[in-house]
Amino acid sequence: MTEINKETKGIWKVIGASSVGTLIEWYDFYIFGSLATVIANQFFPKTNPTAALLSTLATFAAGFIVRPFGALVFGRLGDLIGRKYTFLLTLILMGGSTFAIGLVPSYESIGFAAPIIVLLLRLLQGLALGGEYGGAATYVAEHAPPDRRGYFTSWIQTTATLGLFVSLGVILLTRHSLDIDQQKSIAKFNDWGWRIPFLVSILLVIVSIYIRLKMKESPLFSKLKSEGKISINPLKESFVHRGNLKMVLLALFGATMGQGVIWYTGQFYAQSFIENVCKVDFDQSRTIIIWAILFATPFFVVFGSWSDRVGRKWIMMAGMLAGILFYRPIYQQFVTLTDIDSLKTSQVTSVGEPVLKRELLKASSDSLITTTRLNISADGISYKEVNTDTLHASGKISSAKPLYTEKKLPAPVYWKFVLLVFVQIIFVTMVYGPIAAFLVEMFPTKIRYTSMSLPYHVGNGVFGGLTPFIATLLTTIYTGDKLVGLWYPIGIAAVCLMIGLLYVNNRIDPDVND
Amino acid sequence: MNKLKRILGIIWMVLGPLAIFYLVRVALNEVAKKPVIDTWIQWGVFIVIFIPIAFGMVIFGYFAWRGEYDHLPESSVEIEDD
Repeated sequence: MTEINKETKGIWKVIGASSVGTLIEWYDFYIFGSLATVIANQFFPKTNPTAALLSTLATFAAGFIVRPFGALVFGRLGDLIGRKYTFLLTLILMGGSTFAIGLVPSYESIGFAAPIIVLLLRLLQGLALGGEYGGAATYVAEHAPPDRRGYFTSWIQTTATLGLFVSLGVILLTRHSLDIDQQKSIAKFNDWGWRIPFLVSILLVIVSIYIRLKMKESPLFSKLKSEGKISINPLKESFVHRGNLKMVLLALFGATMGQGVIWYTGQFYAQSFIENVCKVDFDQSRTIIIWAILFATPFFVVFGSWSDRVGRKWIMMAGMLAGILFYRPIYQQFVTLTDIDSLKTSQVTSVGEPVLKRELLKASSDSLITTTRLNISADGISYKEVNTDTLHASGKISSAKPLYTEKKLPAPVYWKFVLLVFVQIIFVTMVYGPIAAFLVEMFPTKIRYTSMSLPYHVGNGVFGGLTPFIATLLTTIYTGDKLVGLWYPIGIAAVCLMIGLLYVNNRIDPDVND
Repeated sequence: MNKLKRILGIIWMVLGPLAIFYLVRVALNEVAKKPVIDTWIQWGVFIVIFIPIAFGMVIFGYFAWRGEYDHLPESSVEIEDD
């Protein structure tokens, strides 16, 4: 009994130390994305084309190109020198660059050096993230008993979503606590307060480094090392050796590719869609995600644990199928519930007086008249109606379609939104909960870190990370359908589901020691 | 089932180049519509990053067509011996 207790206590220490570090890394990575607009104003002024170009590079390069490189660099290191020191290094790199972003003077103060430094630091963040996950998942799995590998690794799987949760929470909290007057607080946040979430990270990183330093090397890696059986060239053995390459490709096309799009649609695209397409106000579009994450996160552990009994494959495939079938109805609900266009005049009440603004258009004698009204619909949605009319010099007036923005949802609609996002995150937990155990079991110990990191970061970082961009791009190409962006995740998940169903097996590897 | 896996291998082999062809066509259209550096970078990154992935899809299809996935290895020794 005492032995079992000791063993369990040991694994919880391993999970705690690994998860806290991984959560902080995700937090660090997401705050940059969540504060992209504020950061762009500080470092990448739109008026300067070169700075704007660096901004695009920072967004695209770090997320999509550098992450797989990080997987290769640190994966190789992890298979050569060990898991412990490699994912300690990724943590230091991530924490250091996040803290440094918070310290970089603005473009106004130091000119071009500012966007270049920020771009370099962002690249380091992407590189570090590429190396972290594989290490943490491998480390925990190599400590876990064979019959509970899914359960124990699922704790690592909660960290990405919780990292997003913490980043959204810290940003909202900081944004509203810098002054008693909310408008002043937001202004202060946009001016200097945005640095706080970056600077706070260093405290968490120091604690996590201390914890990780006290950890021991993975027992399986130590055994390999003592027997002189570690790989001499992990990259070659992972991606050139045919037997392993075919498993890497199967992991990518039969699992991580679909997992990536389900993950990013359920959380990032959902938030972007609610804010930018449904025009729900800034705070509500974030708190909806926060509540949904809070309620759904335990299900990572539920599905991870369940996969120890029924196998990993069917749970992951069911999550993908659910996304394919339900994304369009769910997003249609988002649109319908916030549709103002279909309301009759009798269903809308104006609050207060309309605000009129008239400005002369440059290089012509036409004027632009903007009328802003605060309205409340019969079902309780308050919103701003912005009507823009152009008064031509000839006296003719042309009117643009009214814009409805900053919608504030009443409680019943708000909680319906939370439920719809919650359902999507349940799909995420189905595909993501068991996937660490699934990947660990696919590859030999001596090249595990390298072999599982690359398909994970191509699937999650490239296919998944591109979801909000590609989906938004599709809506700008095919403007008639607000839901057209969903065809990207649905299409990728459908191909992955087909490959997964046919080629992946449901076997739980009883021995990952080999 | 193995026969189906092999036949579908041909589809995966074709899917890679087909996806790249579609991507390049859309990219050229979009760049022509808005020929600014941001559009070039966005679509350039998409193409550069998806070409190796599409190549991977072709190799995956080839392996499937050759029957490499008829039986999946059950141990690391099997992977190493393959």
